[in-house]
Amino acid sequence: MRPSASRLLNILVPVKRAVDYAVKIRVNPQQTGIDTNVKHSMNPFDEIAVEEAVRLRERLKASVTSIRAITIGPAKSADTLRTALAMGADSAIHIEIPESAPSPEPLAVAKTLRAVIERHNAKAAKEEDKVDLVILGKQSIDDDLGVTGQMLAGLLGWSQATFASKLEVDVEKKEVFVVREIDGGGEELRCRLPLVVTTDLRLNEPRYASLPNIMKAKKKPIEKLTPADLGVDYTPMFETLKVAEPPKRVGGGKVANVDELVAKLREAGI
Amino acid sequence: MTSVFRSATKALRVRSKLGATRAFTSSRCTLQEALRPASLSTYTDEEQMLREAVKRFATDVVAPKVREMDENESMDPSIIQGLFDQGLMGIETNADHGGAEASFTAAIIAIEELAKVDPSVSVLCDVHNTLVNTVLRKYGTEEQKTKWLPQLAESKLGSFCLSETSSGSDAFALKTRAQKDGSNWILNGSKMWITNSYEAEVFLIFANIDPSKGYKGITCFLATKDMGIKIAKKEQKLGIRASSTCTLDFDDLKIPDDNIIGGEGKGYKIAIEILNEGRIGIAAQMLGLAQGAFDKSVPYTYQRQQFGQPIGTFQGMAFQIAQAAIDIESARLLTYNAARLKEEGKPFTKEAAMAKYWASVVAQKVSGSAIEWAGGVGFTRETGIEKYWRDSKIGAIYEGTSNIQLNTIAKFIQKEYS
Repeated sequence: MRPSASRLLNILVPVKRAVDYAVKIRVNPQQTGIDTNVKHSMNPFDEIAVEEAVRLRERLKASVTSIRAITIGPAKSADTLRTALAMGADSAIHIEIPESAPSPEPLAVAKTLRAVIERHNAKAAKEEDKVDLVILGKQSIDDDLGVTGQMLAGLLGWSQATFASKLEVDVEKKEVFVVREIDGGGEELRCRLPLVVTTDLRLNEPRYASLPNIMKAKKKPIEKLTPADLGVDYTPMFETLKVAEPPKRVGGGKVANVDELVAKLREAGI
Repeated sequence: MTSVFRSATKALRVRSKLGATRAFTSSRCTLQEALRPASLSTYTDEEQMLREAVKRFATDVVAPKVREMDENESMDPSIIQGLFDQGLMGIETNADHGGAEASFTAAIIAIEELAKVDPSVSVLCDVHNTLVNTVLRKYGTEEQKTKWLPQLAESKLGSFCLSETSSGSDAFALKTRAQKDGSNWILNGSKMWITNSYEAEVFLIFANIDPSKGYKGITCFLATKDMGIKIAKKEQKLGIRASSTCTLDFDDLKIPDDNIIGGEGKGYKIAIEILNEGRIGIAAQMLGLAQGAFDKSVPYTYQRQQFGQPIGTFQGMAFQIAQAAIDIESARLLTYNAARLKEEGKPFTKEAAMAKYWASVVAQKVSGSAIEWAGGVGFTRETGIEKYWRDSKIGAIYEGTSNIQLNTIAKFIQKEYS
């Protein structure tokens, strides 16, 4: 029995090529940023996002019509898309920017994603082909800004559920049950589609791309676009003044008893 | 200029005919790029992705079990299952036979990455792919391929049984006999030093059907464990202890005629040709071993301080480390170039012998240095550095001893120069 019109899910997973988590970060000599001549890979939270999309398909089967991966970056970023395809995404979109261009800011990223979604949904022949779930990483490990998902939800006027550690989709009711990681523990939310979700660490453990899937990924389509095609301006709104390493840790001192500790604290002006 | 064009495009056509991935990235490359010869460290996108995937699998799944498997001299079944799940047991096999249809270099990459973490796991994957799978792919009939390759890609471990008590380097002096009995063959004899044999379910056994013909009677038989293959003894070894090495006994082992691979009397040809390729696999294993030992020990030398500085920054140490890095790079280039030559359909026997010989020498040298650089910490079993040195010794012995490799290379030189 074919699921009826409103009961299909189209997932968009934005991914970012970031400095690999295992690399020892060093500030560049000009102190304008970090040394990027190091190993890069898909942002770990984005891997979790791709994994969640693939797991949703495994659970909901034919209800998940499409899983599209998208990235903004120079030519090298295509590697990240291929990884997403190897993990189980159906197709990918590459918004290509020149190698020398600065990394786009979160608002520009969010505007781009909105443009892509609106463009796609406008062209969609049927209601059921529209993108209705976006899963992003909560933050990228290079700038740790953690705002893109929220901005996107705001621009689209969609619901948002950030820092998700559990996700359950009821396609029939067009509802999503999310558990969010908050300081006090877990917050349970019931949201309505369309929805923007950002992933937290405990949502899942991403799979290894198996060799047959890596080979199959070769045949999956990657659409190429530019920011100009979407009418988005990438002019940076922020200027980085200086990037420096944190001061080296200086050794502490030992105190003999509580009185001495209190005295030292008073001396330090606390 | 036009002849270069013609040979370059011919090379590209040959490569695509072989179904192997091109030496250039799978994204559209301009004709100019296609004509320019690439450096030896050029890999396709898929090969690079495979390297990343195997590296992660090796680090996350294999690494935690390495010490335990070595101490217990036993391969954890979950590791073997993991290799099957990752699609690493049918790397070159066609997709319609359940494989990944990747290049030979992809297999070499997988073997190298596994060896960086555990040479025992690496050799299991190597023998299964470059010996067992390849014999079937190259010499099997369509029926045999359709029957066996999917099983080998999905769940059944394979083993290659050539050596015996009195035949190692002199492989064709083997004594295992096969006698015709209706539509079956009855095998009697025993094999020694057989890798994977403890866990394997599929065995390629070389037996002589007609000793009066000498080596031309040697035939390759495919047998399954349940036909009655007996494990007489599991060896206790110096290194690659988790890899099972057993003596097998065949006591009136009945094998159907359909299970002859490549035809009667073709066994010697199969063995020679397949071991040529397998040689590159062992080179990759030894290369990964050397790199793994290097990668474990060198960071320690930049942390360990004596006399007020990290020991790796003393010039004496720095020079040793640099020399080890040169050795590894040279072994790497020999190995990957031999792999590409084979992919291109060019002669590669001499280069494969050189790669295997040199990689095993480098493995011994570098792993030995790695222990010394780490000092006492290198000598105790906890960090796993000493394991690489123990594992490296077999490199000079199996799949063609170092002396045999030198012999092979010398023959080529004599032919060229006299």
